[in-house]
Amino acid sequence: MNFQQMIRELQQFWSERGCILVQSYDVETGAGTLNPMTFLRALGPEPWNVAYVEPSRRPADGRYGENPNRLYQHHQFQVIMKPAPENIQEVYLESLQVLGLNPLEHDIRFVEDNWENPTFGAAGLGWEVWLDGMEITQFTYFQQVGSIDTELVSAEITYGLERLASYIQEKENVFDLEWVEGVAYGDVFYQAEYEHSKYTFEVSDEVFLFSQFESFEKEAARALDQSLVFPAYDYILKCSHTFNLLDARGSISVTERTGYIKRVRNLARRCAKSFIEEREKLGYPLLKKGGV
Amino acid sequence: MTHQFLFEIGCEEIPARFVRNAAKQFTEKTAKWFEEQRISFEEIQTFATPRRLTVAATGVAAKQNDQVELLRGPAAKIAKTEDGSWSKAALGFARKNGVDPISLELREEKGTEYIYAVKQVIGQGTQEVIAHSFSSVLESLTFPKTMRWEATKTKFIRPIRWLVCLFDSQVIPVSFAGVTADRITRGHRFLGNEIVISNADQYELVLKDQFVDVDMDERQNKIRHQLLELEKQNGWHIPIDLELLEEVTQLVEYPTVVSGQFETEYLELPKEVLITTMREHQRYFPVQDQSGTLLPYFVTIRNGDKNALRYVSQGNEKVLRARLADAQFFYLEDQKWSIENAKQKLEHIVYQEALGSMADRVERGRKLALALGELTGLSKEEREHLLRASSIAKFDQVTQMIGEFPELEGYMGREYALLQGENPKVAQALYEQVLPRHAEDELPTSRIGAILALADRFDSLVSGFGIGLSVSGSQDPYGFRKKAAVVVQLLLHHDTLNLSLTKCIDLALEVVEESGKLIHPKSEVKAELQEFFGLRLKALLTESAIRYDVIDAVLASEIDNLPFVLQKASVLMECVQHNHFKSETEGFIRVANLATKGNQHTVDRALLEASEEIKLYEAWSIASEEAKQAQNAMEVYKALSRMVPSIHSFFDHVMVMVDREEIKENRLALLKNIDQLVKSFAVFDSIVFEGE
Repeated sequence: MNFQQMIRELQQFWSERGCILVQSYDVETGAGTLNPMTFLRALGPEPWNVAYVEPSRRPADGRYGENPNRLYQHHQFQVIMKPAPENIQEVYLESLQVLGLNPLEHDIRFVEDNWENPTFGAAGLGWEVWLDGMEITQFTYFQQVGSIDTELVSAEITYGLERLASYIQEKENVFDLEWVEGVAYGDVFYQAEYEHSKYTFEVSDEVFLFSQFESFEKEAARALDQSLVFPAYDYILKCSHTFNLLDARGSISVTERTGYIKRVRNLARRCAKSFIEEREKLGYPLLKKGGV
Repeated sequence: MTHQFLFEIGCEEIPARFVRNAAKQFTEKTAKWFEEQRISFEEIQTFATPRRLTVAATGVAAKQNDQVELLRGPAAKIAKTEDGSWSKAALGFARKNGVDPISLELREEKGTEYIYAVKQVIGQGTQEVIAHSFSSVLESLTFPKTMRWEATKTKFIRPIRWLVCLFDSQVIPVSFAGVTADRITRGHRFLGNEIVISNADQYELVLKDQFVDVDMDERQNKIRHQLLELEKQNGWHIPIDLELLEEVTQLVEYPTVVSGQFETEYLELPKEVLITTMREHQRYFPVQDQSGTLLPYFVTIRNGDKNALRYVSQGNEKVLRARLADAQFFYLEDQKWSIENAKQKLEHIVYQEALGSMADRVERGRKLALALGELTGLSKEEREHLLRASSIAKFDQVTQMIGEFPELEGYMGREYALLQGENPKVAQALYEQVLPRHAEDELPTSRIGAILALADRFDSLVSGFGIGLSVSGSQDPYGFRKKAAVVVQLLLHHDTLNLSLTKCIDLALEVVEESGKLIHPKSEVKAELQEFFGLRLKALLTESAIRYDVIDAVLASEIDNLPFVLQKASVLMECVQHNHFKSETEGFIRVANLATKGNQHTVDRALLEASEEIKLYEAWSIASEEAKQAQNAMEVYKALSRMVPSIHSFFDHVMVMVDREEIKENRLALLKNIDQLVKSFAVFDSIVFEGE
């Protein structure tokens, strides 16, 4: 099964189970969790079921396209079901079957992993799902988002698409994965991997990036002052990505790190609080409709 | 006739490290609940897998034991009217407690007569009681980490998805966390189904059919047995790491061992890199040959049967190969750097903003290690090795391997140092610097290793306290408690180094001060650290079952010579059992009470008048000398205690606070000196005697 088919199968599967399909976000994110379709919608009492692919940027993981497993940008298939259905684990296991993975021929285990993203004040309890010893999915029940306890607990399912594909396609190197017949993963992403790595580690201008961080932070705060949640959140994402670039460049010392993380977390908390207030003012429209 | 009771909590996968304790707790709380409810039972069996916590009680009584309750009512004088009949108060008391007034009786208690109601409490049926209140047992279960799920506010280790509650063949519909108990359990995730349990005594069998081994020990033994089989088949030796064995036992419901292999070229990696990759990252058992050499195989425990084992094995091989390829890449890359290169890179790693870089830290550690080395009388060869080891310490921190496997710090330092031709003793000291890494870890064996390890912890503690970092409550972000405990452990273990705690702190403070990084006043930092170490010692002594008052007595004296502190504590633990100990303590306290009143320090022999005070003076001179010559703490104590008769007879016959100033001061000075001698051993005011 090629990469594209995998995405289509998963979209089909989750759409049949009541998730709306949306597209990847257009601001840089480090993970599918940070897409506002997850981060903001996980808050408050409104039901919400969504699935999407999220290209996720991890500047520090860039390896110039030379490492068979590590990437500047990888792809997550993200599912949120809020509230978590009673049989969510079974539904997830069923989804592996549409990818051609028969659990009777493998070893599938749920291994404790308590997920946490301190920068965004998000935390949950759950597992890494292991397929024959490989972590293929992060499965989390959100307990806190934006430093606020979740009112309804969402189940978050994050598939690591490259890992799954390398298993399914029996490839040792991510760049050899088949995107569609005749087109390899490397054909699509190799150049970008190389250039982003070079930029991140050798070329990026830390003076420029530091000033960007400050500007994004100010603008996010300004938008929050006007209760403009979504624009503010975009700037918080930009802060986070800029921080990741600086961190990968080695421009942030260990002690300064905590300070920067705290600055982003404070904004994320304000934003989360604001989102809940704004939804309340709107009278929780999705609650009336019985959710998405 | 007795009955069987079964309760199963069906969960999503419980973290492996919590399963055994959770099951044990469930059993204990169930037993306690039965006792509180006056329901007798023979025994409670515990079952647990990642997906279930179960108690099964046998010999359970059909109903609660009856009980006679004796209830005290008002005093007789209010309870009886003048004509001797029950008053309104007495009748009200009877009504409130549901007893017939005829059964009220008078009894005397402490000289007053009261009325008593004798109430027969008839035991209820066990099923009713379970239905009514067994859920309180579930509510009382606690876990180190809990979560919420769905809309129910219940917190538990992981979501509860089903409950089974059977009394013989009867379902008792106990509800908890939005789930109501029934007789339907779930088998293995992939090999089993939902299944009805007809009777409580069928539990184990029913689940065995569903590919679930519910008995933890049996499951563990099954794994052991399969590992043994593999060993036999292949002529392997598979060392059993108990922690890993327990973890894999609690990760599966139906274990089947699977082995796989990796390319022999990876065997060139340092052994611990292979072992850490397999054991810590993948939960595999590494495989050795009979002589203990690693072989290119591994064993994992599958949660399932023998079907398609080949795929499982291939999948795991692929994962391990990717990890080992990564490790090999790091290993080869790291070797392109010289130790000197690596040292320079330490300058770019921030240790603590206020304390400079990693290179600064190593430099402080080097100075301190050399100063400690001076104190301990190292040989010329040891001094050279210490000089080298302390100057290249921590160079491995900048290697890619440590970036990936931080737990191999020190170990990789040794490996790389050897590859770069360093002296093996220097390399070994680099490894020993990080020891002990955890509670059961090995300790440095070489003196230079121990000195490096001490210097590292002292620098971290002293420099940290020096800029105002500290510990509060459960917050210890810099791991200071553990570091101080390690210092204590090292000073005790390497007692031949003969290092004084205070001296170590002083030297470390000097080094930090010289580096210009000391912010807080030196004396304050020193006092804080001494108190901090005192607390570590207190914890250590408490763990060794030393009485708290003995601990206080010893620690109030001095905490400089740690081996001696421990000795004194155990000597006192022995002494407190003797009859004469009380009189000795009283003697020392009599001295201490007056000792503070004097201003003078030296005793003038010529001014001693009374024979009792001359005797005391002589006893003190002898004791001082004996204490100095003593070979161990017991001898010191004996020397001190030999003064006691003279002390008592002094106080019984000699008046201290006399009008003649010079006589009084001279007597007080004698007591002050004795007190000092005693307090260099222990402060006896802390000792508590029974009945006080």
